[in-house]
Amino acid sequence: MARPFKPKVLTANRLIEGDVVYYAANGEWVSAHENAMFIEDEAEANDLLAQANAQSYLLVGPYLADAVLERGKPVPTHFREAFRTRGPSNYDHGKQAEA
Amino acid sequence: MYSYSQFDKDFVQTRVDQFRAQVERRIDGSLTEEEFRPLRLMNGLYLQLHAYMLRVAIPYGTLNSAKMRQLAMIADKFDKGYGHFTTRQNIQYNWPKLNEVPDILQALADVEMHAIQTSGNCVRNVTADHFAGAAADEIEDPRPTAELLRQWSTDHPEFAFLGRKFKIAITGSPNDRAVTKAHDIGLRMVRNDAGEPGFEVIVGGGLGRTPMIGKVLREFLPREDLLPYVESILQVYNILGRRDNKYKARIKITVHENGIEKIRELVEERFVLQRAAFGEFNHALFNDIEAAFAPPPYISASTDAFEAAKSSDPAFRSFVDTNLSAHKNDEYAIVSISIKKQGDTPGDATSEQMRVMADLAQKFGHDELRISHEQNVILPHVHKSHLHEVYKTLQAVGLGTANIGLISDIIACPGMDYCALATARSIPVAQEIATRFDELKLEHEIGALKIKISGCINACGHHHVGHIGILGLDRAGVENYQITLGGDGTETAAIGERAGPGFSADELLPAIERLIYGYLEIRADEHETFLQTYQRLGAEPFKAALYPETKIAAE
Repeated sequence: MARPFKPKVLTANRLIEGDVVYYAANGEWVSAHENAMFIEDEAEANDLLAQANAQSYLLVGPYLADAVLERGKPVPTHFREAFRTRGPSNYDHGKQAEA
Repeated sequence: MYSYSQFDKDFVQTRVDQFRAQVERRIDGSLTEEEFRPLRLMNGLYLQLHAYMLRVAIPYGTLNSAKMRQLAMIADKFDKGYGHFTTRQNIQYNWPKLNEVPDILQALADVEMHAIQTSGNCVRNVTADHFAGAAADEIEDPRPTAELLRQWSTDHPEFAFLGRKFKIAITGSPNDRAVTKAHDIGLRMVRNDAGEPGFEVIVGGGLGRTPMIGKVLREFLPREDLLPYVESILQVYNILGRRDNKYKARIKITVHENGIEKIRELVEERFVLQRAAFGEFNHALFNDIEAAFAPPPYISASTDAFEAAKSSDPAFRSFVDTNLSAHKNDEYAIVSISIKKQGDTPGDATSEQMRVMADLAQKFGHDELRISHEQNVILPHVHKSHLHEVYKTLQAVGLGTANIGLISDIIACPGMDYCALATARSIPVAQEIATRFDELKLEHEIGALKIKISGCINACGHHHVGHIGILGLDRAGVENYQITLGGDGTETAAIGERAGPGFSADELLPAIERLIYGYLEIRADEHETFLQTYQRLGAEPFKAALYPETKIAAE
């Protein structure tokens, strides 16, 4: 039996800056995880990933990452993805600087 | 300091120009990421968690003030004002932008530096004893040989696509500060019965997921035979090494699976052919290289002021006790500058700190600096009369920490704060341990102790050869830290033994504290180091300190 699909967000790094970005429901790539599109349908997730892979001029290494909804916003389930939402822990040099 | 020949200059400039064009083609869409990735990796450019990372080679860890200042300039202009010195004597920039990387490479080329062969399955930057050319215990400076290897291995067409990366380390001293036994090839300078210097050739060492101590392939190799012999090893590896499984592709596995005797037989067989093909050793070329590493024009002056400062300035005295090493010239000392101030990130230096170190090297250090695999910076030649001023200058910019070889002088890889391969963080672990033992004011009482932390099984943090090794893993979605004990990265190299179940991030610091207090209780006296106590008593008392509940359960 196929494993049940776990909800995802679509993420990548920007080609020039290398910044972590997320695919938002309006089709933009945004830096805040909470603004990412929460994808609950596997086929849609794979479609969006394929589209992102075709945006090689803009992005590097798109992939789907597990997420859950908390207070209506997507939140990462794994600590690696949580680190990607804010930046390194030794300096405020990542996204935490924008916050 | 070796200066680029016209050939070197042209080669590096060509690569910068090539990469500039490749980046342009990536950005305008003519190259896909799949096509571009191997090209950027050949130039040391990785994509990490939060940004790109550029790894710059510092061949055999040697640089001068002009190079260090340029590294500082790059940190300011293209990065966030700092750089990270690594266990392979490289420097990494954590925040470069793709479109600016060609300009960074140009800035490096302007001072005879580059990022070539800092990634990929090729012969990587040759590392060397960071005290080379200065150490009192040295037979000869190994750097001319390291430079010879650099010239031979750079863009070597036969070895550009090996089964896996290939690392060579070299030392000219019997006391091994270059971890030669944990490299694909380790070269230790020794003398033969006639008193001539040559190399003991060690092969098949390595850390990573299958740690191995290297084995002696040849007890004495004349320097004249080095290149044909090393080339023979690479050829045997290139043919015999596995390409079916990335995790079994390093030469350590080739040696392990085939046996050292078989490897020796094959290498010696190849060597007969290679030596003939190489022809006569080019003494003129080697003499030119050697001349570039000639000892500096040492000065001679009174060292009375140094002795006086030691008595009058206790902080300086402490620095002298921990951060100086014996120089071959009695009036001189080797200064290890700690890039490990308690609470800071191991190996990170700000651009200001880089400039201060460059100034000191120029003013008091015969214009020489070294990067150590322990992520510190070395001033290899400082006359004792200048030491107090050097110390005060360092102290003013947060570089006067007197902790070399102590518990807070921790090697830590970037871990999951930066690295895309990491399974857990390393930097915060190092910061916590260093800060805690500084607060306890126990560091000097504990004495010589090497803690080494890796954020994944690839072991960039050398945890296997730490007296205490810490390996960060992902256990069911939570950071978990495994402790190994009794590792040794010197001439008596040993792989640490796993102590038992791992600890969560919260449990780790208390566990290390128990371990240290346990050691302080059981050591024979204050001179017996952690490693010596471990070697005398074995793992059991240390495990009992780490896992007190197990002991209670057994009683």
